[in-house]
Amino acid sequence: MSLVNPVFVDEVKRSGEFNANACMNCGVCSAVCPMGIELLPRKLFRYVLLGLQDKVLENRETVYSCLLCGMCEANCPAGVNIAENVRSLRYYMNKKVFKI
Amino acid sequence: MPLPIGDTIGILADNLRMRKSVLPVSAKGAAAWAKGLGLPRGGETVIYTGLMYQMIPYIAAMNKVQGMIEDSRLANFVGLGRYINRAVNISAFMAVPPKGTRQSFNRVLVNIALLLKQAGLEFGCLYEDDLYSGALIYDLGMDDVLADHARKVYGALKKHGVRNVITVDPHTTHMVRSVYPDLIKGYDLNVKSYLEVLAERDIDPRAGLSGEVAVHDSCVYARYENMLNQPRTLLAKAGIAVREPADTGRFTLCCGGPAESLFPKKAAARARARVEQMKEAAPRGVTMCPICYVNLQKAAGDRMIIEDISSYLVRAYCK
Repeated sequence: MSLVNPVFVDEVKRSGEFNANACMNCGVCSAVCPMGIELLPRKLFRYVLLGLQDKVLENRETVYSCLLCGMCEANCPAGVNIAENVRSLRYYMNKKVFKI
Repeated sequence: MPLPIGDTIGILADNLRMRKSVLPVSAKGAAAWAKGLGLPRGGETVIYTGLMYQMIPYIAAMNKVQGMIEDSRLANFVGLGRYINRAVNISAFMAVPPKGTRQSFNRVLVNIALLLKQAGLEFGCLYEDDLYSGALIYDLGMDDVLADHARKVYGALKKHGVRNVITVDPHTTHMVRSVYPDLIKGYDLNVKSYLEVLAERDIDPRAGLSGEVAVHDSCVYARYENMLNQPRTLLAKAGIAVREPADTGRFTLCCGGPAESLFPKKAAARARARVEQMKEAAPRGVTMCPICYVNLQKAAGDRMIIEDISSYLVRAYCK
């Protein structure tokens, strides 16, 4: 059972560049990730879109493990701004979780 | 226990906010590379280092300490460290790189300046006003801290009458060419990497080189800045056989360096995987980013010789 925060996506979204909803869940990003992060980015973005805030917060190490190398983005058939989306998640966590 | 993410980022952000750099590189130390080159202070065109090469020895020293702290009980004290760091710059005590390492990274900058002179370019440098671009803070999502810092960097460049900026590494290039324009209203600087400048000027080699090298593209140059051909053109013109490892060009495999500040062990594993790919392509490797350079060199040990591209280019193109 998970608690849903219906405005979570709006809290994470900082600009028009946050386009996680363009993801069609094909899994190419997970397949090519050099860090082998299965969760990132597609599942993590889905949690954001569904408002599953707790799920995202319990995976904070994953969010910061991303190299922002852009390999996933170069291969993404849906044109998702993956690196910028990950940075948005980091910005959110820095503010809301770490209070930096 | 892994390094506490929030406190580690907090220390880096505090350092940038209070000391204009994420790590303790003094302004004088950062400008030491330019000594004796006779570069004018400022001017319309400048070489802007963004301190990446100067900072790498400190990052390497810091990562050694972080590697010891990671997964140990000491990780519990990083929070306290952040508190103390606001009053006393603790990273200055933790990261003291050997002089020889600092000199070897300064040598890269000297090489680049010599190459630009050889290409007939008239340029100055900012000396003590050459500030860190904030690339790591950008990657970590500290955008508010970055925006304040970006204005300081832009102010320093404008103070010296700069219109054209020549960068020396991919991260700084990306920051001042693609990120800053969104942060600073009226941003009006022309930015080019020195590799772009050299390729455009079509300079001729003074001495032919031989041998083959595996090219490791920087993720940032290849995917964010679409810079792929210039390093290959310059190496090939110098007589070097350019070999492509698996996962090359736009699909280059990351060296793992960006994970160094938070997850040193994961970063090392990535670097080892990349070195294996490069070894299969050629006995020597070439990088064009200080982070790739230090990370891959460390992973390669004595199994493969990895050099910054400027070392090859200066041997070929300078007198």
